[in-house]
Amino acid sequence: MALLNIQNLSVDFKTAGGLFRAVDSVDIACERGEILSIVGESGSGKSVSMLALMGLLPWTAQITADKMEFDGKDLGRMSRRERRKIIGKDISMIFQEPISSLNPCFTVGFQIGEVLKLHLGMDRATRRKRSIELLDLVGIPAPETRLSAFPHQLSGGMNQRVMIAMALAGDPKLLIADEPTTALDVTIQAQILELLVSLQREKQMALILITHDMGVVAETAERVQVQYAGQRVEEQPVLDLFEAPHHPYTSALLAALPERAVGRKLPSIPGVVPGQFDRPTGCLFAPRCSFVKPDCHKGVKRQPAELGHALCNHPIASSGSKTSAAGGAA
Amino acid sequence: MSKPVVFGQNLSRYYEVSGGVFKKPGLVKALDGASFTLEPGKTLAVVGESGCGKSTLARLVSMIEPPSGGTLEIDGKPAVVGSVEHRKTVQIVFQNPFGSLNPRHKVGTILEEPLRLNTDMDAQARRKRAEETMERVGLRLEHYERYPHMFSGGQRQRIAIARALMLNPRVLVLDEPVSALDLSIQAQVLNLLADLQDELGLAYMFISHDLSVVKHIANEVMVMYLGKVVEAGKTTDLFEKPRHPYTAALLSATPKADPAKKSHRIMLTGELPSPLNPPKGCAFNPRCAYATEECRRSAPKLEAVGVTQVACFHPLG
Ligand SMILES: Nc1ncnc2c1ncn2[C@@H]1O[C@H](COP(=O)(O)OP(=O)(O)OP(=O)(O)O)[C@@H](O)[C@H]1O
Ligand SMILES: Nc1ncnc2c1ncn2[C@@H]1O[C@H](COP(=O)(O)OP(=O)(O)OP(=O)(O)O)[C@@H](O)[C@H]1O
Ligand SMILES: [Mg+2]
Ligand SMILES: [Mg+2]
Repeated sequence: MALLNIQNLSVDFKTAGGLFRAVDSVDIACERGEILSIVGESGSGKSVSMLALMGLLPWTAQITADKMEFDGKDLGRMSRRERRKIIGKDISMIFQEPISSLNPCFTVGFQIGEVLKLHLGMDRATRRKRSIELLDLVGIPAPETRLSAFPHQLSGGMNQRVMIAMALAGDPKLLIADEPTTALDVTIQAQILELLVSLQREKQMALILITHDMGVVAETAERVQVQYAGQRVEEQPVLDLFEAPHHPYTSALLAALPERAVGRKLPSIPGVVPGQFDRPTGCLFAPRCSFVKPDCHKGVKRQPAELGHALCNHPIASSGSKTSAAGGAA
Repeated sequence: MSKPVVFGQNLSRYYEVSGGVFKKPGLVKALDGASFTLEPGKTLAVVGESGCGKSTLARLVSMIEPPSGGTLEIDGKPAVVGSVEHRKTVQIVFQNPFGSLNPRHKVGTILEEPLRLNTDMDAQARRKRAEETMERVGLRLEHYERYPHMFSGGQRQRIAIARALMLNPRVLVLDEPVSALDLSIQAQVLNLLADLQDELGLAYMFISHDLSVVKHIANEVMVMYLGKVVEAGKTTDLFEKPRHPYTAALLSATPKADPAKKSHRIMLTGELPSPLNPPKGCAFNPRCAYATEECRRSAPKLEAVGVTQVACFHPLG
């Protein structure tokens, strides 16, 4: 049984202009000890779907799901108290904005200590010892002296590592890492990823890695889920995804890699993600898709696993060649 | 070669920090003697370890903070913190797009603020300019009335870039401008930055940890370690033949976007140095595979080795 099993999750925000669908019928499953990566367009609901799982969205968010199970327990039916025991301990999250998720008024040592006190009930001396260990683990130099530092006194990358230390404090079964290494340079990034992968191997910690860095995805993830405009548009094992993307969006995304660039200009996808007021009927990617056909504006269907679960009427069969409308359905 | 817009020599910035209740205050040499020029139409990339002083350098160049030492010249004249003239010339896009956008202001207000403070444009002209700029960076006009918290990380970064463009600057200091963006928007933003540079002859100081991006857009690269420049040179030269062991480690640690290839990383060992208590001699020596007695005793100066500038007693061949 999967450690995490979310089915048909949708999140709507109440806005001045009406409801805005940020997450649209998304399934997310993650096995014990698995590394799943979620990639995709900025604003495609990657963070919001995870925040929904964590119960951290504001009241303006309406969350619906057919299933939201963790470790065999139904998170949707749980009382707030029961849920709080799991969130932050068994499921923890490294947030995308380290600065805004650390409290500027408290020292780093105090904030890590709070997690240890709340979830593990450690006494003061043990907390201090464990805090130093944790900071050391994430590669912060002179951890004893950093305990008394306030977030603004540390560099962006150090704050990010403090966040990671806090997320690891409760020994989570599932770690959700939302852009965990964005502010870090590559040698530290390599060290942090190595650390996360070793926790995954040794403690069977499952890891959901949200990142825009396809290099990190290629080197770390086992399975990749691609999101666009709130929807899951493709999902494949990592090797297959890089070799043979089936959704035109995935294919365009990979083409934008600077490493694959020829010349000064990078191939980019024309247009912008649909907004609240111009959400197309049918396939949401159709207005930007170079393979668009008339039927794409009417509706869109989900392809089988061999075609990467692509949410696309005309998936790319293998690099270069396109299946016909009929072939795609076969 | 065109005349530099910005010229920095031996720039440094020190901070005093309390060492806890019973310890005496320490001095963090966040930036310790960096020299560089920014030329119209050219991009200088700054790369290096987290905490090596990149953002500090960015704040000095955009005159948010005065340097503790060294000189900074704009168009051949000493730079002045707070000068409107200089603010118009050099604009910065901050590393953390959320922290730098006022959550209580609408996007329109945020974009027009630099115009209100530094120009005498009327409300209509300001709005027009804001809308043009929003279009330019791929924001939608309906976003004008929204607040920053309603945007995703990537969208917020575009707001920050739009704001920096409002005053028609000649120099942009870009502190990790694309690290929060997805690939297709990264491509759009990099293309946009390239277009702006071609059209307006902008000079860029481009801070990034993504070496594949740096390789793509920078003319020159400056590699920093613990407040000091350890290697500097043309992008092609530096990527082809890194001379400093740290540069070599950086290049090898960059993940390749190809799961079929196993990368051969030079894993750095040893403790990360504390900027409060930097190692004696070369700051990189505790993590360097080639370190000798000499490296532990004295600090190497930045000198020409082949075609790049390197601060190392044992540059790689
Ligand atoms: N509180 C909110 N009110 C209204 N809309 C919101 C709110 N929070 C997020 N959104 C919208 O929900 C959508 C999804 O946002 P989300 O932060 O999940 O994107 P993301 O995929 O994580 O993007 P990025 O890669 O840029 O971090 C965006 O369009 C965003 O503007
Ligand atoms: N206001 C301050 N007071 C004390 N120390 C500071 C201050 N600002 C920065 N520092 C210290 O100066 C050093 C350089 O910080 P800076 O933010 O310039 O690093 P950076 O290279 O931008 O790192 P990152 O890649 O993580 O953003 C760090 O050790 C940091 O802790
Ligand atoms: Mg996000
Ligand atoms: Mg910085």
